This record gives sequence, C-alpha cells and structure tokens, in this order.
Amino acid sequence: MLKRTPLFAAHQKAGGKLIEFGGWEMPVQYSSIVDEHLCVRRAAGIFDISHMGEMKVSGHEAAGFLNATLTNDINKLLAGQGQYTLMCNERGGVIDDLYAYRLGETEYLLIINASRIEPDTVWLEARLAEFPQRAGVKLENVSDATAAVAVQGPRVVEFIDQCFPGASQAGTQVARVTELKKNQIGRWQFQGQAVWIGRTGYTGEDGFEIVAPAGIIEALWNHVLALGHVGCLQPCGLGARDTLRTEVCYPLYGHELDETTTPIEAGLGFFVALDKGEFTGRAALAEQKANGVSKRCVAFKMTDRSAPPRPHYPIWADGEKVGEVVSGTQSPSLNVGIGMGYVPPQFAEVGTKIEIEIRGRRFAAETVKKPIYRKPA
Amino acid sequence: MSNVPASLKYAKSHEWVSLTGDVATVGITDHAQHELTDVVFVEVPAVGRKVKAGEACAVVESVKTASDIYSPVSGEVIEANGEVANNPALVNSDPFGKGWFFKLKLANLAELNVLLPAADYAKQIGG
Repeated sequence: MLKRTPLFAAHQKAGGKLIEFGGWEMPVQYSSIVDEHLCVRRAAGIFDISHMGEMKVSGHEAAGFLNATLTNDINKLLAGQGQYTLMCNERGGVIDDLYAYRLGETEYLLIINASRIEPDTVWLEARLAEFPQRAGVKLENVSDATAAVAVQGPRVVEFIDQCFPGASQAGTQVARVTELKKNQIGRWQFQGQAVWIGRTGYTGEDGFEIVAPAGIIEALWNHVLALGHVGCLQPCGLGARDTLRTEVCYPLYGHELDETTTPIEAGLGFFVALDKGEFTGRAALAEQKANGVSKRCVAFKMTDRSAPPRPHYPIWADGEKVGEVVSGTQSPSLNVGIGMGYVPPQFAEVGTKIEIEIRGRRFAAETVKKPIYRKPA
Repeated sequence: MSNVPASLKYAKSHEWVSLTGDVATVGITDHAQHELTDVVFVEVPAVGRKVKAGEACAVVESVKTASDIYSPVSGEVIEANGEVANNPALVNSDPFGKGWFFKLKLANLAELNVLLPAADYAKQIGG
C-alpha cells in the first residue's frame, strides 16, 4: 500500500498525475514537466515535499550526538541556521543525505529522504544506543505528524511575506520572511500553529521550504497558491523537481548516493568536516581524502543529438565501458541531454570526451563543470 | 478529453493507423502524447525495414520516460517522418497530423480487422 501525504486530495483536485516514488503516491506533474520546470526557473513553483521525513533531536547532548553521527560540523550552526550534511556508515558509505536545522539552543530538526525514513531511524537509534551521553539526547521521528512544501523561484520574494506576515517568533530573528538569508530558518504562525520557514531548496533557485503540522498543510498550500498568483506561482510535481535538481547537480539518494558510495566519491567533500573530531565513517573518508578514490561523480552534457541519457546507461571512454549514468534527462533549460555518472578519476576531469550508450549505440558527451546549469547573470 | 478521430483505426498500445489504398500511416494517439507529455526525442524506423504487427519499431522519449512504438500492422516501411525526428514536439502539438511516425505498405489487409474502431479505443482510454 502506497503512502499518501496530507496533500493527496489537493493534488487530485489540481489534476496532478500520480506515480509511485519511494513508497509514496506523489504527483509527477500537473501541466507538464517542462512547463513546470521553466516556471520555477522564470517565476515560481510550489512542491509538496511532505513525503520527506523529519526527525527531532533535542537535549543538552544533542549537538554532541549529531556531530558523532553526521559528517558536517553541527557546531557551526547558531540557533536559526541549517546546513547540508550526510550520515555515513563505518566504510564512509552514505546512509542518507539531509538538512540539519538548529531550531533552538538544544533543539535540532533533521529533514531526511522519504525512502530513508525507516533505515535512518534504525541507524540513528543504534548510534544513540552506543553514544555514551545518550541520557542527554531525545530522538523523535515526527515524520507522520509533519508536512512540508517548497516554494521555489525568483519571484517567490514577491509574495512570501504576504503569505506569512510579520516578524519571526523563533529561530533567526527577522522582521519578515524575505529577510532570512540562505540556510536560515525562522518560526512563523499559520492558523494559530507554528510553521518553520527555511531559505533553502532543491532547485538551484531562491526559495523557501516550509515545515508545518500535517493538519494545516492543505490550508497552507491553498493560501500560498492564492497569494502566489502575483508571482505566477504554479503547483509543480516530482518530475520538475528531478530535472531542476539534475541541472544544478544536487544529489538524489538512490542515484548519486547509496551505502556503497562515499561523499568524497560523490564530490561532496565540502560537507565532510574531517577536522571536527571523531564521527562514524571518519577514518574511511579521511583515507579517501588523503589517498584518492577509485570513482568520481561527474556531470556531463551530450554533444551528439541523441535520446536523453537515463540512469544505468553505460558510460564509455577510450573505447571501454568505464562507468554508469546515475541521473540523466533532457535539460529543459538547456534543451540538451544532461546527466551525472560515476567514472574512474582519470576520466573525471572537466572536458573529457566520453560516450553514453543508449539502446546499444554510443553517443558523444563531454564532462562539464558542476552545476550543469547556471543562472544567467 | 482526448481527441479520438472517427476516421482512424487504433491499437490497444495507443498507435493510430490511417489507410490510403494499401498504405498505412502510423502515429501515436492524442491520449498517448498527453500521457507522455514533453516529447523530446523520436526515433523512426529505416525505410525498407519489414515489420510484423506488434513489433517495436520506433521509440518516443519524453523528459521522464522512453517508450517503444509498436507497429499495429505488418508491412514494409516505405517512408519515415524525418520532420518529427528533427522536431519531436510535433508529437505533442499535432499527433494525428505532422506528428506521424512512418508509412507501411501493408502485407496483410486482414490485420486491419483486429484494430479498434474509434469508439472502442475511446472506451479503452476512459473517454
């Protein structure tokens, strides 16, 4: 039985085309993927991200526990700030990639992948059981009670303050939502309930993610859509979310990341704080950082006219099969086939000529600098 | 609702056939293009290729998925639509017109009898 978010009825009403994603029945599109994608690049889109998981970690030892479990340095966060981080096994393989927000002095919110809620919970509980100061940490999976939407695009700033008027009541202190800076989070009220608004996203555009109790999310969704018309706001599905994130090379768990792939191999070393002290996976990641890796995640563009590259298509270089595509699509912004894949380091340099095998035929491509798509200045 | 022209015959796999003498023109239906959305690539069969009814002989790719196109009838490909290969969006904008895929010289006229009339196809797609 597929799970449904509290916005399921809203998606049906809006004509969303529903598909299975990570055990959830989610809208892949409302109008069309390309239409929604371009709408987010040019104006604004709203996405249901309620399928994502939320874990609350609190207590006077919470920071210590998170720093022993996650790769980034949680102590860099002041209350009201968030960071991208990863959770690794002893071999450095990725259990999940996530956003960690510090909501208050000793209160943290982890936004985790929908498909990883169960494994993450098991993993975090096991790590906590081994954590010496576990009495000072409270770990709570609040995924079912919590819903979320992402509002993304250059014109979101035209209406988001009207959606949630006034100053923040907790987190980063600002007079209005649009005063939040990238990765800051603040608390507002909607229908008398607390909603957390963070300036972040998964599209490469300016925007906000709003975390709210499941019971008010449909009203919040309708409220934002009604006020968002000034910024040409459209509901957008997972299809556009995937093409948007692929253009800017954000990893998607199960594609760029899995338990046998490390953040160093994925090109996410920036989010691994080897200097912060001991954490799970540190030794393996330090070894890779010092001695190199056997595969690297590269971004590429097709240089031949071809069908779009897709996950699992073979990558060829120097007449040999050297790797596999992990994400691939036709870029709606650039109108060319793009993707990411893993290859040995000697083929990872930007500008390397590679080939993508599509239904038994090879087509020319070239590795490019990440992100593949950059906003015109 | 999807457009289902009464003058055409249909395959359950969402191709349409238009008949002129013993030449069948094949494309995909309005319903199919609507389901696919955003067609970004079309591969048509080579002229001269002999295909059997039900054989995968063309490919249509949207942003999200690749789908095979099955020939609804047997015959020899006598023409393939180069224009749609160059401009795949024609499949979305004009599925029964400029978005056609290929033309076949029919090998067996009796096969036309197993294709669906418009009313039955409309029923299949819930129209």
